[in-house]
Amino acid sequence: MKQRYDLIYKYVYFYRFNYVETYFESNQLPFCEPIQSVTDWRAKKSLQQSHFLSYPDVLKARPKGGKRQSNLIVGEELARFDLQIRLFFFMNFLSSMVFYIFRKRFNNRQFCVVKIMFDTIAAIATPPGEGGIAIIRISGSQAIHIVDKIYKGNLKLSTVDSHTIHYGHIVNNVGEVIDEVMVTVMKSPRTFTREDVVEVNCHGGLVSVQRVLEEVLCAGARLAEPGEFTKRAFLNGRIDLSQAEAVIDLIRAKTDRAMKVAMGQVQGKLSGGIEKIRNELLQLIAHIEVNIDYPEHDVEEVTRSLIIEKGDWIKDEITLLLRNSHQGKIMREGLSTAIVGRPNVGKSSLLNTLIQESKAIVTDIPGTTRDIIEEYVNVRGIPLRLIDTAGIRHTEDVVEKIGVKKSREVLDQADLILLLLNNAEPLTEEDMELLETIRNRKGIIVINKMDLPQKLDMTQLNNVAEEFPLVTMSIKNEKGIEVLEEAIAKLFFEGQLQSDDLTYVSNARHIQLLKEAKGSIEEASESCDHGLPVDMIAFDLRRCWELLGEITGETVSEDLLDQIFSRFCLGK
Amino acid sequence: MGYHAGEFDVIIVGAGHAGCEAALASARMGCSTLLLTISLDSVAFMPCNPSIGGPAKGHVVREIDALGGEMAKNIDKTYIQMRMLNTGKGPAVHALRAQADKVLYQNTMRQTIESTDNLVLRQSIADQLIIENGICKGVITHTGAEYRGKAVVLTTGTYLRGKIIIGDLQYESGPNNMKPSVKLSHHLKELGLELVRFKTGTPPRVYGSTIDYDKTEIQPGDQAPRAFSFETTEYNIDEQLPCWLTYTNEETHQVINSNLHRAPMFSGVIEGTGPRYCPSIEDKIVRFSDKPRHQIFLEPEGRSTDEVYVQGLSTSMPEEVQIKILRSVKGLEKVVMMRPGYAIEYDAVVPTQLWPNLEMKNIPGLFTAGQLNGTSGYEEAAGQGLLAGINAARKVQGKESLILDRSQAYLGVLIDDLVTKGTNEPYRLLTSRAEYRLLLRHDNADLRLTDIGYEMGLINEERYQKFIAKRNSIEIEKERLKSEKIGPRTDVQDLLRNVGSKELDNAVDLFTLLKRPEVTYKHIEQLAPAPVKVSEEVAEQVEIQVKYEGYIRKQMQDVERLKKMEKKRLPMDLDYLNIHGLAKEARQKLDQVKPLSIGQASRISGVTPADISVLLVFLADKKG
Repeated sequence: MKQRYDLIYKYVYFYRFNYVETYFESNQLPFCEPIQSVTDWRAKKSLQQSHFLSYPDVLKARPKGGKRQSNLIVGEELARFDLQIRLFFFMNFLSSMVFYIFRKRFNNRQFCVVKIMFDTIAAIATPPGEGGIAIIRISGSQAIHIVDKIYKGNLKLSTVDSHTIHYGHIVNNVGEVIDEVMVTVMKSPRTFTREDVVEVNCHGGLVSVQRVLEEVLCAGARLAEPGEFTKRAFLNGRIDLSQAEAVIDLIRAKTDRAMKVAMGQVQGKLSGGIEKIRNELLQLIAHIEVNIDYPEHDVEEVTRSLIIEKGDWIKDEITLLLRNSHQGKIMREGLSTAIVGRPNVGKSSLLNTLIQESKAIVTDIPGTTRDIIEEYVNVRGIPLRLIDTAGIRHTEDVVEKIGVKKSREVLDQADLILLLLNNAEPLTEEDMELLETIRNRKGIIVINKMDLPQKLDMTQLNNVAEEFPLVTMSIKNEKGIEVLEEAIAKLFFEGQLQSDDLTYVSNARHIQLLKEAKGSIEEASESCDHGLPVDMIAFDLRRCWELLGEITGETVSEDLLDQIFSRFCLGK
Repeated sequence: MGYHAGEFDVIIVGAGHAGCEAALASARMGCSTLLLTISLDSVAFMPCNPSIGGPAKGHVVREIDALGGEMAKNIDKTYIQMRMLNTGKGPAVHALRAQADKVLYQNTMRQTIESTDNLVLRQSIADQLIIENGICKGVITHTGAEYRGKAVVLTTGTYLRGKIIIGDLQYESGPNNMKPSVKLSHHLKELGLELVRFKTGTPPRVYGSTIDYDKTEIQPGDQAPRAFSFETTEYNIDEQLPCWLTYTNEETHQVINSNLHRAPMFSGVIEGTGPRYCPSIEDKIVRFSDKPRHQIFLEPEGRSTDEVYVQGLSTSMPEEVQIKILRSVKGLEKVVMMRPGYAIEYDAVVPTQLWPNLEMKNIPGLFTAGQLNGTSGYEEAAGQGLLAGINAARKVQGKESLILDRSQAYLGVLIDDLVTKGTNEPYRLLTSRAEYRLLLRHDNADLRLTDIGYEMGLINEERYQKFIAKRNSIEIEKERLKSEKIGPRTDVQDLLRNVGSKELDNAVDLFTLLKRPEVTYKHIEQLAPAPVKVSEEVAEQVEIQVKYEGYIRKQMQDVERLKKMEKKRLPMDLDYLNIHGLAKEARQKLDQVKPLSIGQASRISGVTPADISVLLVFLADKKG
C-alpha cells in the first residue's frame, strides 16, 4: 500500500511541470519499483485523505513564491528528487493523458484505481439521415476545451456546470456561423465514457452535421473509430460486462466494415490521386535516404530547389483532392444504389420517378442508356446515390458493349441493387443471370409494368429469389413507389445496409488526413526555405507520405527500403 | 567421454564482435564468464571490410560506448583514418566512420579480454548445449569438455555450417578459411530451433605496392579530432592513412558479362539469401546494366601489412576471373592478388524465436546475438552482443532484463525489428529504419544511454559524474540563453549583417537569436559569452537542441504515442490461438512473436488495428 502511494506521489510531482497529466493502469504500474520512498509526510497524508484527487486539486495551493506547484510537494523535497525523477522519466514517461486517482474499497483493502484517459474523440452519434436534429458527441480530457474553441455563446463552456445545456453557435476559424446549436456539457466521471463529454445538438441533414464535425476535428479532436465510445466506456469500467466478447464483436464488425468501405472508396478517384502523390514522395524520400545512408556513393544529391519544386507540386495536388472531396461531395456519397435489369424494363423511368425530373433519356428503343447516369436522392432521410445502368444484355453494338461492361462494374461496387423485372414477360436467361450476379448482395427485386397482363411466373421467381424483398409497381401509373421506398428504408434501418454512415465518416477522416498531409508538406517547404538540414526536411516529407498512406491503408517502411534498393545501385 | 571442465555464470560461444562485447559486459558485471572461440587468432577478427561506423552503424558504436561496451574504445585506439560523413545533412545523420588497423584491432581487443577479471578465454569448438528440463545449462566441446553455466550466449557469426564458394569451388569453412562449426548447427536443429540459410560475400585483397595510386583519387581522413568513445581524449590526427577511389569501366563489365555463366550467383549454386544493400559486383552489373561505372574504394587493412581491401568488388567469381576483373580497373592494371573474394553461406537463427532480451523463447537460459541472428555488420553484432551479455548476466543475478525501445537507441530499433518482424535477408541497420531518427543522434548517445550503462554497472563512477556535470551544464546554458536578452547593439547588428541575417529591431533573448539558421553558438559566445566558458561538447549540444527544438518536439510527440502503446504490457503466456475475435493470421503471428506490449504487437505485419482493439479489450477484461 505504501509503495503504491509513493509512486503516485512521484507521478504527481513530476507533472507539476506541465499538467498533472499522465497515465498508468490500475494494476500494472509501469517501470516496476518506486525509485525512492517518500519522506514527505504531508504528501502521504494528503494522498491518503483525498478521496478524489485531480488536476485542480493538486494545483489548488500556490505557495508564497507564486509559482504554480502542487500542494503535495513543497520545500526541499523538490530539489532533492528533481534530478532523479527527471532522469527516470525523461525517456520513459511522456503522455498526454490526464489521470484521476480515487480510492475504492476492495476486499477490505484500500488501493488506488487510476483511470485511463485517452485522447479526445468525436463522432456523429445520431443515426444518419434527415432527422430533425443530429448529435455530435465529443469525449476525452480536452472535449470541453475543444468545443470552446468553435462555440460562441453567452458563456464559455469551460465555466459552466456539469450536465447543463447551452444555446449558441458553432463558428469556423474566420468567425463564420456554421450552425445554430444546443451544447450539453457533461463532466467526468458521470458520463457514458466516464470522460468529459460534450454533445453538440445541431440541425439534422448531412451537410450541416458534417460541417460541424469537421470543425470539431479541426479544433483538435480525432475522429472516433467505429465502436470507440463503447470501447472507452468499457475500458473505463463504465459498462460492466460479464464477458468482453460482445464488445469485441462490435468493434471487430464495425472496424472490418469501416475498412471495407474505406477500401471501397479508396479504389476510386481518391486513391488514384493519392497514389500518384505518394509515389512522387516516395521517390524523393528514397533519394534523400540514399544520400544519407550511403554518403559516399556516386548518387547525386537532392537539391533544395528540387525539394521545393516537388513540394509545391504535392501541395497543389493535395489541395485539388481536398477541394474535390469537400462537403458537397460528402452528402453525395450516399448509399450507392444500382438500378439494373434487362433493356427497356424501365430503369430510367424508375430513376426519373425517384428524382422526379427527367434527366435520363427515356425511349422505348432497347439500348438507349449507353452511359452510366448518377443521381442523388433522399429517400425517407436516406441519402441514395442512384446509378442507372445501361441495360445488361448480350449485344454486338460496340458502344453499347462498353455500356454493358460499365454496368457490370457499377453492379460490383453498389451497396444496394434494385433489380427490375418485366411483369409482362416471362423470366429470361438474362434475368436469371442477373439474379445470379446479385446473389449474396443487398438487393430488392422490383417487378415493373404491373399495369400490363402478367406473364411473369411468380412461383418460379420466388423459387430462385426468395432471399430478396419483392416490390411490385407500375412506374407508368406511378404505383408502388411508396412500397419501394418503404422497402429501402426497412433494409436500411434494420441495419442490413450499413455502409452509408461509414461512407461519410471515412470521408471526414480522409479530409482530416489530407489536411494534415498538406500541413506537413508545407512545413517541409518552409524548412527548406529556412535552410534547415535535410534530415529535418525528410521528417516532414515522410510524415506527409505516412498520412496519405493512412488514407489508402498502406503500410510504410518496407516500401521505402524496396524503393531504395531497387532504384539505386548500392553496396560494397 | 566427456569430463567436467568447470562452472561459470555465463558462457559465450564465439569471440567475434558480438562475443567479445557479451563476454566483457558479463565479466564486468561481476559474473564469472567463459569465452570460447574456435581459434584464439580470430578474436575480434574483421573478415570483411576494414572499417567501423558510417550512418546508423556509427550511431550504434556510440551507443555501445554510452552503455559501457568496448568497440568504440578499441577502434579509437587502433584506427588509421577517421572521417565524419554527412556533415552537411543535419545533426541526426552525422556519421563517424573509421578505417581500422585490422591486426591491431584484434590484438588490442584480445589484450583487453585477457586482462579483464572474471573472464576466461579458451580455444575450443562448442558442439552441443547441455539442456536439462528444457533449460540451457552449459555447453559440451569437441574435446568432450563439459562447461556448466547458468546462461549461455551463442555468437557464432557465419561459422554455423559455413560454406565458402568461389566459382565452381565450394568447401565447408568459416570466414577466411577458419574451421566451420557443423555439429552445433545440427544440434540446434534437433533442439527444434528454426534456422535459415543466408549468404554474404567479400571482395579480393591485393598488394598495395602493386597499385598505381596516381591513377586514383585520394580520400584522406579528417583533419579534426574525432573519436567514437565519449571517454577518448587522445587523437591521432596526423598519422592517418588515406583511402583511394577508382572506378570500374566498360572493360570490367565486359569481363564480368562474358563470365556470368561461371558466377555461382546465377548458376544456382548459391541457395542462401544475400543482402540487397551489399550486392556482389556481378549482381550490380546485371541489375544496373545502364550504369557505366561503379565506385571502387581501395582501403589499407593496417599499418603492419601491405594488404589492401578492394571495396566495391565483392564477388564469388572464379579466381582467375577475379584477377581479370581487378586488372581491368584503372590503377590496378598490374595488381597482385593476396586473397580471392568469396561468397559464404551460413545458418542463422530465425530471430522471431527470441524475446526482446535476446533469450530464446523455447530454451530459457540460451541467448543468441550477432550475425547468428540474421544481421550483418560488425557494429550490429557488437551491439547485440553487448545486450545479450548484459541480459545473460542480469538473468544470472536475478535482475530484470534490459530492453531498449525504438525511441531510445538504434540498438532498440535493431532488436525490435529482428524479434518482431524477423528478416528475410541479412539485416543491416539504416538510419531510415529509425522512425525517431531526429532523437537518435550521434551527438547525444551519451545523454540517451549513460544512465542505463551506469545502472547496469558498466559505467564507472568517475565517468558518470563527468557525464552528470556535462548534462547539467547543458541545461544551465540553455536556461541562460532563454533568460538573457540582447539588444540591437552595434556589434550585434554588424555580426548579423555579416552572416546575412536580419538585423534586430528589439531586444531578443539569446535562445531566439540562436534559432536563426545563420547564427551559430560561436556567434552567441562572441556576443554574449557564458559566465563560465562551456566545453565544445556542451556547446554542440546546446546548439543542436536550440536550433532544432521545433523538430525535436514534433518527434517527441510521436514518441509519446509510442510510449502509450509500449506501456500496455501483454502477458508472456497469453494464449493467442484462443482469443475470441482475433483474425486467424493475427492469431498465428502473435503466437509466434509473443509480443511483450501492445506497441510491439502493432508492429507485427499482418496484425490489423482491429486486432489491436480486440487485444486491448481482452486485456481490460482480464483485469476486471
